[in-house]
Amino acid sequence: MDPHRGDESPHTPAPTLWPVGFAVGIACIFVGLIVGPIVIAVGAVLTALFGLLWVRDVSAPYRAEPAEPEPVLEAPAIPAHRGGPAMPEPGEGELIRFPRSKFLEFSTLGLGGVIGGVVTLPVLGFTVLPPFIKQGHPEIDVGAIDDFPENKFVITTFLLKPEEGEVSRRTAYIRNNGLLEGAPSFTALSNRCVHLGCPVQINGLPLDDQKKTEKGVDLIPTAAAAGFGCPCHGGQYDSEGNRTAGPPVRALDRYEFRIKNGRLLLGKTYSVSGVDGTAADAKIHSYPLAGPGQHVDGIEAVLYPLQPPR
Amino acid sequence: MMLYPLDWLEERSGLVGAVKYFLFRKVPGDISWGHTLGSAALTAFIVQAVTGVILAFYYKPDPNSAYESIRHITDDLTLGWLVRGMHKWGASVFIILMFLHMGRVFLYGAYKYPRELNWIIGVLLLVLGMMEGFFGYLLPWDETSYWATVVGVNLQATGPFVGPFLGPVLQGGAEIGPDTLARFYSLHMLVLPGAIAGLIILHLYLVIRLGVNSPPWSPTAAGKVQPGPPPPPRAGLVEPRPRGARLR
Repeated sequence: MDPHRGDESPHTPAPTLWPVGFAVGIACIFVGLIVGPIVIAVGAVLTALFGLLWVRDVSAPYRAEPAEPEPVLEAPAIPAHRGGPAMPEPGEGELIRFPRSKFLEFSTLGLGGVIGGVVTLPVLGFTVLPPFIKQGHPEIDVGAIDDFPENKFVITTFLLKPEEGEVSRRTAYIRNNGLLEGAPSFTALSNRCVHLGCPVQINGLPLDDQKKTEKGVDLIPTAAAAGFGCPCHGGQYDSEGNRTAGPPVRALDRYEFRIKNGRLLLGKTYSVSGVDGTAADAKIHSYPLAGPGQHVDGIEAVLYPLQPPR
Repeated sequence: MMLYPLDWLEERSGLVGAVKYFLFRKVPGDISWGHTLGSAALTAFIVQAVTGVILAFYYKPDPNSAYESIRHITDDLTLGWLVRGMHKWGASVFIILMFLHMGRVFLYGAYKYPRELNWIIGVLLLVLGMMEGFFGYLLPWDETSYWATVVGVNLQATGPFVGPFLGPVLQGGAEIGPDTLARFYSLHMLVLPGAIAGLIILHLYLVIRLGVNSPPWSPTAAGKVQPGPPPPPRAGLVEPRPRGARLR
């Protein structure tokens, strides 16, 4: 190998301090994610600078002038399809020819590839596609609109898909806001925390003795509620679902609803970045449903450009 | 005379010689007990596999019967509490031993040339072992399992760009449901143990091929101290003791 490196093994690079600076740069980037963008910029510069210096150091032996190559002592071997006994090289203007062995090789591999694809792709499709197809739920009848007292949250539990059993039990916090331009207005908040999906609890007093159960739907009215809180990591929301404290990245998701024959029906869930105003006058900034922890607005939303169909 | 079956096997397969080669291979004289951590992790994995197979005789992977089947194993079946407990605590033992083994390899510099590939395989084994624990955690289908899995899957779904699509694939749907339990059971029982076993075989092959090195602070390896004379050859599994000779 390189004679001036002495008896050092060619695979062990020389000691170098640049990785320390590189690591400090990476750590600065992570700290900057919490502290602020200027620290991210400093970290990125340090990482790039020390990374380049490190690569330059490590690659120095490979960029050195190559040693004199050994003189070739014998004629190189020729492949089987050239030379005297093989097929003749094409002349001027003739098509390129391949020996039969090459044709057989390519056609075997090609046919084998097609067969492999025909067998594998449907299996892969079965593994990956069913979770994305027919994922919605039917509308849920949660009770007569008279069961929801005005300006009080009612803890409503129901089965999202009754055929799946108890695992599909969900909870919504529903408040009757009175009338908005003559039509009943409701606020139907999903209890799934938008940090990581834990069940959000109401910061109020559930009146369990006034619980009503009808057709598998439980309705528990509450005394005055001061927002919601998540027991897992301490996220706090106000009574419109806006995030007021903790790690959640946006406001609580909401259910679409409609009134039919005096009964409240819950529809699809959608995501909310924030709510201006309260109750019937609320202006809801709505987005297609996103999973917990996924931003729907702001610069971090570029990380989640596409959502699967739900 | 009693070793005749082993001679029979050795003549027809060479397996006995292979086992002897593995058990009696040479290692440096100045290594420590820390070098047993890898085998300890392997033992923990074997315990998990065996207790897992036995639990699979009685566990029912259906949402309506999963919890009850585990209660049945723990409370009703003979020594079921022991096998279930071994599996549950063995999972933590496996992960801890892997971390300790990784630390020992790191501190001894045993990840350097020519063992880099072995280190990479070891990291993959660590990641797969943790995934195995994550998938197994849902199987009791109680509140802790369910919510821990909700949080775990949602954590994974916050990954940029592809996270929102990987979430439904893991869950078997837009939400955790009955399909999730079946999916996790298949991954926990079939896919991941197979992958881990395959990588362990590769890992062990490399360990045997590349050998064990002395610690970095070894004076023998640095040439400062001459190693002593090699020990006399040991009587192997199939070498019969010569009549009249004494054991060394």
